[in-house]
Amino acid sequence: MNRKLVLWLPFALMAALFISFLASLSNSPEKVIASQMVGQPLPEFAAGAAIPEQPGAATADFRDGKPRLLNVFASWCVPCIAEIPVLMELKASGVEVVGVAVHDTSVDLTRFLATNGNPYSRIGLDQGGRAQIALGSAGVPETFVVDGQGKILYQHIGVVTEADKTKLLAMLGVVK
Amino acid sequence: MRILKILIAAMLLGAAPAWAQDLADISLSDPKQESQALALMDSIRCVVCQGQPISGSNAELAGDMRRIIRERIAAGDTPEAVRTMLISKYGDWVTFRPQLKPATLPLWIIPLLALLAGVWLVSRRLGWRQN
Amino acid sequence: MIAEAGLAALWLAATMALLQLVLGALVLGRGQTSLGRAVAPVAVIQAALVGIAFTCLIAVFVTSDMSVLLVAANSHSAKPLIYKIAGTWGNHEGSMLLWVTILGLAGATIALFERTLRADTKLATLSAQAAIALGFYVFLLFASNPFTRISGVIDGQGLNPLLQDPGLAFHPPTLYAGYVGMSAAFSFAVGALITRDVGPTFARAMRPWILGAWILLTIGITAGSYWAYYTLGWGGWWFWDPVENASLMPWLAATALLHSVTVLATRDGLRTWTIMLAVLAFSMSMVGTFLVRSGILTSVHSFAVDPRRGLFILGLLSVYITGAMALFAIRAKTIAEGNRFELVSREAALVINNLILTVILVVVLAGTLYPLILESYNGDKISVGAPYFNAVAGPMAVILMLFLAAGPLMRWRSDRPKALVERMAPALFSGAVMLLMLAAFGGTIGYLPLIGLVAAAVVGVGSLAPLWKRDLRRTPLFTWGMVIAHFGCAVSMAGMASDSAFTKENMVSIAANETREIGPFAVTLLGVRERPGPNYQILEAVVSASKGADGTPFEMTPQLHAFSDPVMTTNQAAIKTFWNGQLYVTLGENSDGSKFLLRMWWKPFVTFIWLGGILIALGGTLSLIGRVRRDIWKKQAEPTAEPIEVPA
Repeated sequence: MNRKLVLWLPFALMAALFISFLASLSNSPEKVIASQMVGQPLPEFAAGAAIPEQPGAATADFRDGKPRLLNVFASWCVPCIAEIPVLMELKASGVEVVGVAVHDTSVDLTRFLATNGNPYSRIGLDQGGRAQIALGSAGVPETFVVDGQGKILYQHIGVVTEADKTKLLAMLGVVK
Repeated sequence: MRILKILIAAMLLGAAPAWAQDLADISLSDPKQESQALALMDSIRCVVCQGQPISGSNAELAGDMRRIIRERIAAGDTPEAVRTMLISKYGDWVTFRPQLKPATLPLWIIPLLALLAGVWLVSRRLGWRQN
Repeated sequence: MIAEAGLAALWLAATMALLQLVLGALVLGRGQTSLGRAVAPVAVIQAALVGIAFTCLIAVFVTSDMSVLLVAANSHSAKPLIYKIAGTWGNHEGSMLLWVTILGLAGATIALFERTLRADTKLATLSAQAAIALGFYVFLLFASNPFTRISGVIDGQGLNPLLQDPGLAFHPPTLYAGYVGMSAAFSFAVGALITRDVGPTFARAMRPWILGAWILLTIGITAGSYWAYYTLGWGGWWFWDPVENASLMPWLAATALLHSVTVLATRDGLRTWTIMLAVLAFSMSMVGTFLVRSGILTSVHSFAVDPRRGLFILGLLSVYITGAMALFAIRAKTIAEGNRFELVSREAALVINNLILTVILVVVLAGTLYPLILESYNGDKISVGAPYFNAVAGPMAVILMLFLAAGPLMRWRSDRPKALVERMAPALFSGAVMLLMLAAFGGTIGYLPLIGLVAAAVVGVGSLAPLWKRDLRRTPLFTWGMVIAHFGCAVSMAGMASDSAFTKENMVSIAANETREIGPFAVTLLGVRERPGPNYQILEAVVSASKGADGTPFEMTPQLHAFSDPVMTTNQAAIKTFWNGQLYVTLGENSDGSKFLLRMWWKPFVTFIWLGGILIALGGTLSLIGRVRRDIWKKQAEPTAEPIEVPA
């Protein structure tokens, strides 16, 4: 090879490095870890009743032909409060929302639901993050759309806002 | 092992948060299994914290993963089976040891190319011919 | 008032840097040599002005002037004085000002004390230095003004509790000084390319800067590693975290440069390669700064960031580095190749050292950046961590160690292989003894720790061999420096390998007065108590440990510190050091009423890791003193080549 070309090689390598840096600057600064379970059947889990008034949540509940939302939340999670009103509206539109509370206690949950409202038809208390890990969920709040056959259609990471409602309702097959 | 399970069961009945003290933070009694579990935990990335392995994180979800890893290893699963299980949930991001596949090949090819280029440069440009 | 004075000084310093650059360009480009004499004083004035600006920033932090945005966002009036001062550089703007302050001081030092270099090369070096500084001044003044005022703030937001640690207060300045030292080497390289003055004199002028920077980087990395070890509370000392890698990369390049510049100074060989490495070492410093400051990496150490700043630093970085690389490509072919040498010679060993260090650098760079590149290319998220780096860089580090043992025992230019083997015999013998001992008593240990320990034994003995049969009182200081630094490498590698081969770990949940075993120790929990600390609440376990059944018991108190502002819990490990290792105990967070989580490690010879680091830095320091002394002393006589040392 020509020596002249070899001498330009470091220049080319560095320039390539900087172009890749430029590209990486546009990477999302939010490091959200999406679940790999989307498109797959809901994994097996069974979370016992979180509060005495309502039943717990388990995989079997999702196979009766009715699409549902599965909301992973916690009473200690501040953003979770923000999405409760939206979940209430979804409930009013006829959507069933199943809650899975992670790293939580019955007492705290009762207080949380009394203050902020209770959009859930069932709430499972996830012991040791087993349901959360089975779902591939990395944090709270996260909301999964599960179809009537118990398949996960979609994962919404973060707070569900008014803007997300239409999309979720469409996916759930609720005509708006 | 059985004693440990009884201990966990006893704790589950206790008033304190049920996940507080168990395999998330307690070594397995079999040292060989424990060292396998530790090696795996060192190479699994905590999904809520930034850039730490679950073996060095105080996050609760990291503790949950440590518990599941110790349970699975104690039940006789191989570390690789557990790793595969976690990748099936969270994707390749969760393992600090990149899986060997086309998209990760540059990680090995780039150093190899650098080595070859270096050897070539040394032999060509510097040349150890006698004067 | 102080803040405004600081800002004014910063503007003036920037003007001086511009003047310095313009003057340099006029002299070199237009041949107006009469202006040349003004450059050095301008460099000194620039340093004084930026020094004043930085002093002003320290002053507003010390007086807790909450009308300055930076102080309000990063300090608190109730903080101890030392953390108020450290708060000055514990944030983005302050650390950038510190960066350019050290850069200014380096420029002034070159202006005042550099006398061996050709006048035009020195001028070109100072101009390059001014160009770098100017970029940072623009960055500070237009995108990161540290003196911005705000109103209506009563008290500050405090400093991240994890950063409130005496070691950490001085960690960033050490690393920055190291990075800036690399910038001086870069300026020398650019200066020499401009004036085509690449030779032994230039190498000797550049060498103290490389050595100094390298010593500071070594200290910074060693201290950072020990900090992670005792504050993160999980017994780990190196995580291959992107921010750690960002400090390791310049160190690897600087280590290679240090060795190649020796070939250039002594034998007038490796001319273009040394220039290349000087540019590369500074590039890695800048890339490190960029990676940490731009927030494109996720790391435990990351600072709050602003993408616009990332773009700005990237712009600066690209201009300097690609500019230097282009200059290199244009000028390198006009630089005659240096002296040749044979396969078995000290130069060849140093070239292989350079080759391996560079490939390790490529591994670290690829492992750190590839996930980012892949994500921006197709959105895939992967992680590259310890298992990759250990598997790929580990074996190369071991091979490097073997050349490290052999190199100093070789003659320059050419050597007889048989004579080399004879000189290496004691080192190889000690390696064989280590291998036999490990096979007999070591139990099952991994293959990498095993060869690591054997290599450490070979290097430990081999590194001392250059002193063999020598009059120790007449051995030059820089030879002592080399021997000690190389011995430090062996010590450090022994510590790393021993830690990964022999560490015992036990995590338990126990009640008061229960006892558990860890390695050779029995640890009993005496009790747990709560008490207030300076600005946090302390939960403290009192444990009694003893070695063997009849050992003297000693107390250890691992703590948890609960901060309220911001809410955060930090771990304070209890560490007991013995000559042959450390007992490391931490208190876990999720302890409930009667049972407590204790995490215990027995880490044989783990202290050798940092002891080795200290020895390496000490060796570097001795070498620096020896070199500077000799270079000053030799200046009277005409320096052509250094006397060639002959190994015994």
